Amino acid sequence: MLSCENDSAIMQTRISPAISALRQRISALEGVGQGGRAVLPFAVSELDRHLPKGGLALGCLHEVAGGGNGAIDAAAASCFAAGIAARLPGQVLWCVTRADLFAPGLEQAGLSPDRVIHVEAGDDKAVLACMEEGLRHGGLAAVVADVAKLSMTASRRLHLAAKGSGTIGLALRRWRSQADAGDFGQPTAAMTRWRVSALPSQPLPVPGIGRPRWLVELIRARAGEAFDIELEACDDTGHLGLPADVASGSAAAAGGRLRALR
Amino acid sequence: MWPVDRLQRQAGDCAPSVDAPLILAGRDGRRRVVIAAGPTAHALGLRAGMSISKAQALVPGLRIEPADPQADLESLERLALWVMQRFSPIVAVDPPDGIVIETTGTDHLHGGEPAMLEALIGRLSLSGITARAAMADSWGAAHALARFAADPVRRTEPGATEMALAPLPIEALRLPPATTEALRLLGFTRIGELAHQPRAPLTRRFGPELCRRLDQALGILAKPIAPLRPEGLIEIRRNFADSIAARETIARYIGKLVPRLCLELEAKGVGARRLDLICIRSDNQIEAVRVGLAAPQRDPKHLTRLFCDRIETIAPGYGIETMTLTATLTEPLAQKQADSLLEPAQPDLSGLIDRLVNRVGQGGVYRIAPVASDVPERSTRRIPALAEPTGAGWPGHWPRPARLLPRPEPIETMALLPDHPPNWIKWRGIRHRVLRADGPERIFGEWWKRDAELSAVRDYFRIENEAGERFWIFRAGDGEDATTGSHRWFLHGFFG
Repeated sequence: MLSCENDSAIMQTRISPAISALRQRISALEGVGQGGRAVLPFAVSELDRHLPKGGLALGCLHEVAGGGNGAIDAAAASCFAAGIAARLPGQVLWCVTRADLFAPGLEQAGLSPDRVIHVEAGDDKAVLACMEEGLRHGGLAAVVADVAKLSMTASRRLHLAAKGSGTIGLALRRWRSQADAGDFGQPTAAMTRWRVSALPSQPLPVPGIGRPRWLVELIRARAGEAFDIELEACDDTGHLGLPADVASGSAAAAGGRLRALR
Repeated sequence: MWPVDRLQRQAGDCAPSVDAPLILAGRDGRRRVVIAAGPTAHALGLRAGMSISKAQALVPGLRIEPADPQADLESLERLALWVMQRFSPIVAVDPPDGIVIETTGTDHLHGGEPAMLEALIGRLSLSGITARAAMADSWGAAHALARFAADPVRRTEPGATEMALAPLPIEALRLPPATTEALRLLGFTRIGELAHQPRAPLTRRFGPELCRRLDQALGILAKPIAPLRPEGLIEIRRNFADSIAARETIARYIGKLVPRLCLELEAKGVGARRLDLICIRSDNQIEAVRVGLAAPQRDPKHLTRLFCDRIETIAPGYGIETMTLTATLTEPLAQKQADSLLEPAQPDLSGLIDRLVNRVGQGGVYRIAPVASDVPERSTRRIPALAEPTGAGWPGHWPRPARLLPRPEPIETMALLPDHPPNWIKWRGIRHRVLRADGPERIFGEWWKRDAELSAVRDYFRIENEAGERFWIFRAGDGEDATTGSHRWFLHGFFG
């Protein structure tokens, strides 16, 4: 079923109506939602190609964590989540246990301070409760929450709340110590699970730091397959970029080809 | 001090200098006496009860104003009303110069009892009112401590009332002057000496009043506070034939009271900003729940839900006899078109904000607005979640981290001075080799605001280690001149 769903975008035309009806029934039983569920494309074809329906499903719970030390400071994961929230219209609710988000940094990932309502809840339980309130409301673009422990029950509640209102929920998994990060292997009801780790930045011909790069791993996806890809970090509109050397050789080579075409 | 403070406040800017000695004169029978003395006059030895001629003889150039007890009382009532709207639903005037506040069930909205006391005194002194406050288990004890304790703000732990009262003079017991005189003749000067005397002889000699006041102060005898109810207050009351205690029952009656209140609000064209639910228990104790709203509201469903989220904070004890729902603070709320065909309606977030505030407290829900400051930790401020969009941002020409440490953490480094990034840093015992770096970005202290930062400098660097992790570090000082900082290095944030 998983592989069929994955290929569906390509083979949609050749599938018989009986099969597509069956597929819809299965997805309804699974709680994934009707066929008409909206998605948010990343506008990076390499990434969208691997995602069911070509984007990140709205009205679902998604998990994002940082890799390595990022599991504790969650800086790259925050920017990734901020970039997703920035590309949706409306206000964003961001729940944290203790306030350490730096708003100028979020603005550089595309999320302007006027759009973010911060909630400082104190403990994990209160964060989950606030996240659920936000997801149930339905008037928000996205709800992001810094969560350490996310049980199956809690994640299912959040997923159902998101499904009811169509708001996207991003659980930013963040732990106190590296040892606790093993918790990320536990199953949850989230639609996708991402890990974003910092990579050395784009090399520059002069000393300095170029555009940051991330290793974006899709560890688990319902109705999709895991993969990983190297990307350039969010720009100030929340869009990820494909490194030139990954897309089509080096930037210089790409430029040369364009010139040749003209 | 209240009459003097009131006079000064009313006179406003045209008041003569506070330093001039001022007394208020009134009549005691046929004598003209001092009713109240201002701070300067008090320091010069003038006291209430002194005759005017004596005061004039003692202090030349004394300013004398007529006392107006009626206006004082009315003004005190207005102050009590302000306290009721801001701090607690159950407030009463305690003439001639006191206000009694029941804080049960509301102190958590202000971050606990000490913070509440501090906020109250701070707000009062900002408006020019000299206030003394005490928080204790009983009205009598709080009354005595506020007036006779040495420190102007006093808070006693629950159960420590007797110990706190023992050193106070017997005048603190609110007894008639004749009784106090007689007790002093007998050699009683402090409450502690009186508290453990046999009660029967005391009652025989002084009547029941003495023991009653003593019990009230020690909290043995409850004295209910008759709360201040101003005119025009929107209030719905319900008495129960049988007292209620179960959660579901309380929820059901909240569900009946709220729609009635909303109808009244609608009739007056206002919406509630603050609502109080006061439950009077059968043992005469009062339980109060206060709910604040981010925007004026009169939607019964929403208001009911806010109260029902808080039912567990009501301790029904032996049962609740009367429930009163009050709209303490209201604001005009006009009907408006919710949706039009031309433009989609903006989603209304005030309901969500109210529920979140109800859950995490007033300070926990906010938006962030820019402040024009180069110092990173001062470049943000919190504004209410529903404030108008500021439209402003931060200058984007330097990258800023996504997460900032609450305070910069010291790191070990090896760096070439003055303006090279470190070769390596050691943070929390782990060494990171620096492969690439950007900087320095020099930030000067705010010398125009703080003298201590007259020459302070921070040099910020963005560094990247072998794994690609990017940190924001700074050196206190410019690397050459020791007056600009300690030249120690700190880690301040993490880049995505």
